[in-house]
Amino acid sequence: MKEPSPTQRGAAAEELAVETHGLVKRFGQRAAVDGIDLAVPRGAVFGFLGPNGSGKTTTIRVLLGLASATSGDVRVLDQSMPAALASVLPDVGALVEGPGFYPFLTGPGNLMRLDSADRHALPATRRQRVADALDRVGLTHAAGKKVRAYSLGMKQRLGLANALLRPRELLVLDEPTNGLDPQGTREVRSLVRSLAAGGTTVFVSSHLLAEVEQMCTHVGVMSAGRLVAQGPLAELRSAGQRQVVVETPDAERANGVLARLGLVPAATPDGERPIEARAVMNGGLAGPAPEVIVAALVADGVRVRGFAVEDASLEDRFVSLTGEGFDVVG
Amino acid sequence: MSADTSKPLAPGVRPAVGWSLLGSELSVLFRRLRTWAMLLALAAVPILIAVAVKLSSRPVAPGRGPLFLDRITQNGLFVAVTALVVCVPLFLPLTIGVVAGDTIAGEANMGTLRYLLLAPAGRVRLLLVKYAGAVAFCFAATVTVAASGALVGVVLFPVGPVTLLSGDTIGVGESMLRSLVIAGYITVSLLGLSAIGLLISTFTDVPVGAMAATIVLSVVSQVLDNLPQLDWLHPWLFSHHWLGFADLLRQPIDWTSFGANALLQAGYIAVCGTLAYAKFSNKDILS
Repeated sequence: MKEPSPTQRGAAAEELAVETHGLVKRFGQRAAVDGIDLAVPRGAVFGFLGPNGSGKTTTIRVLLGLASATSGDVRVLDQSMPAALASVLPDVGALVEGPGFYPFLTGPGNLMRLDSADRHALPATRRQRVADALDRVGLTHAAGKKVRAYSLGMKQRLGLANALLRPRELLVLDEPTNGLDPQGTREVRSLVRSLAAGGTTVFVSSHLLAEVEQMCTHVGVMSAGRLVAQGPLAELRSAGQRQVVVETPDAERANGVLARLGLVPAATPDGERPIEARAVMNGGLAGPAPEVIVAALVADGVRVRGFAVEDASLEDRFVSLTGEGFDVVG
Repeated sequence: MSADTSKPLAPGVRPAVGWSLLGSELSVLFRRLRTWAMLLALAAVPILIAVAVKLSSRPVAPGRGPLFLDRITQNGLFVAVTALVVCVPLFLPLTIGVVAGDTIAGEANMGTLRYLLLAPAGRVRLLLVKYAGAVAFCFAATVTVAASGALVGVVLFPVGPVTLLSGDTIGVGESMLRSLVIAGYITVSLLGLSAIGLLISTFTDVPVGAMAATIVLSVVSQVLDNLPQLDWLHPWLFSHHWLGFADLLRQPIDWTSFGANALLQAGYIAVCGTLAYAKFSNKDILS
């Protein structure tokens, strides 16, 4: 079933802001995007993760109608793209592949120019909306400067301001914190959170895991043109293994106890403390309760100095999905 | 398919026809330093001609140099026409090549093309607005040469009734009007070249390449027009009528060359416009 069929999916299914079915984009022989089925729920902050060259930006270009799909269906805000481009895009704010501005115009001059290209934007409120958007990204002080004189971070902020010129239902932000200082990165995170709180769906692409972990509710992971995982952040994390870490001088005896409890001993990462025993809890939450494990350890005379149950970090999960190393996929 | 119909707009928000974008295009074009530099360079051409003629002690022999050069000393009103004759083969195509070649490729190069399309400007609308901007520049460029020529002619030389090619004499006012008609003729002459520039511009993200290609084509067309072996091709070259405005200096005005020129340019606009649309409407914007 490749047909988009919102009626068949039924009322129980969550409403999707972005939806693709079997989306393929080829450049010559090479498939930059190789049959992905995205499902971004409305109101979500969707982190679109993947190493450089995994097809994130190409996917975004196709979603927004800048490039055409080789095959597959795309629906954005319940309308088919690119057929309904003219009625969808006014509700979509976007930052794609970095900011692009006229260097010889000022920041507000650039925003006025881009706003005037939108036939749905009211000219009467243009000046005010531009001022508000600049204020929102903290660029009011640089309003008089030509963009030529802007730093990369300032241009990035101006790009965000452009995406916020009008109230949007969907924001598509491609590497929004690129070139920003830590302060700017934090501001973007809080901006995204406040927009999401207001009901805007946010689609953020990034290769920075920490960033995605901190602001996203849902995650999709791209690798070599394929979507290798997607779902709520918590679900994706818990799909990874949980580990029990026991700090003890009696590592060997501890391992024995853990094995008896049905846990699989795991190698202690190289270079870490030798007085440690690690074991993997299979089946996620289904393992014995932590207090049971500790009681068993203590009953066996293991000197427990520390005990923790660790969730797999998103990074572990990411690496297990996309492979070690951030190799650029040719 | 009912799900695909466009949703109603918020109350009070009606999609405008989009004059805003045209206004913005013109304001961006004419606020740009480059545009002013080119217009100033064009304005300098009649000034150079007039000053050179004024300073030279020898009278210009009739029939030597550019058309009408020998008449300048007798009547300053000929400065404008002479300057236009001088500018048509190279200077005007050079500046038009820069503006027309930059239309789409320049936006792609700055990264603004994707944001204009995401606004959404609409691809067809953007092409039309960009072409309109190039046309406006053609007009501004020719009028700049004519106006600068008229001004410097009035300042440096005696001004009086003009004897036309047909032998009739017209007053100063009417001869100014004729200069304007010639400027209009040359503007029309350059519309085909602008369309060619727009077409080339849709094929590349490198504006300099599109500019150079457009200018080279204008030179090639003129060279071909001068090869008698290719006379069958001449009526189809977009530069064929470029200097054919002498008919506008007769009494009564003979509009045949104006009409033939306009028709030829319209053909180029239609063909290049269609090709540009075909290319641009499906193009993957990867800049």
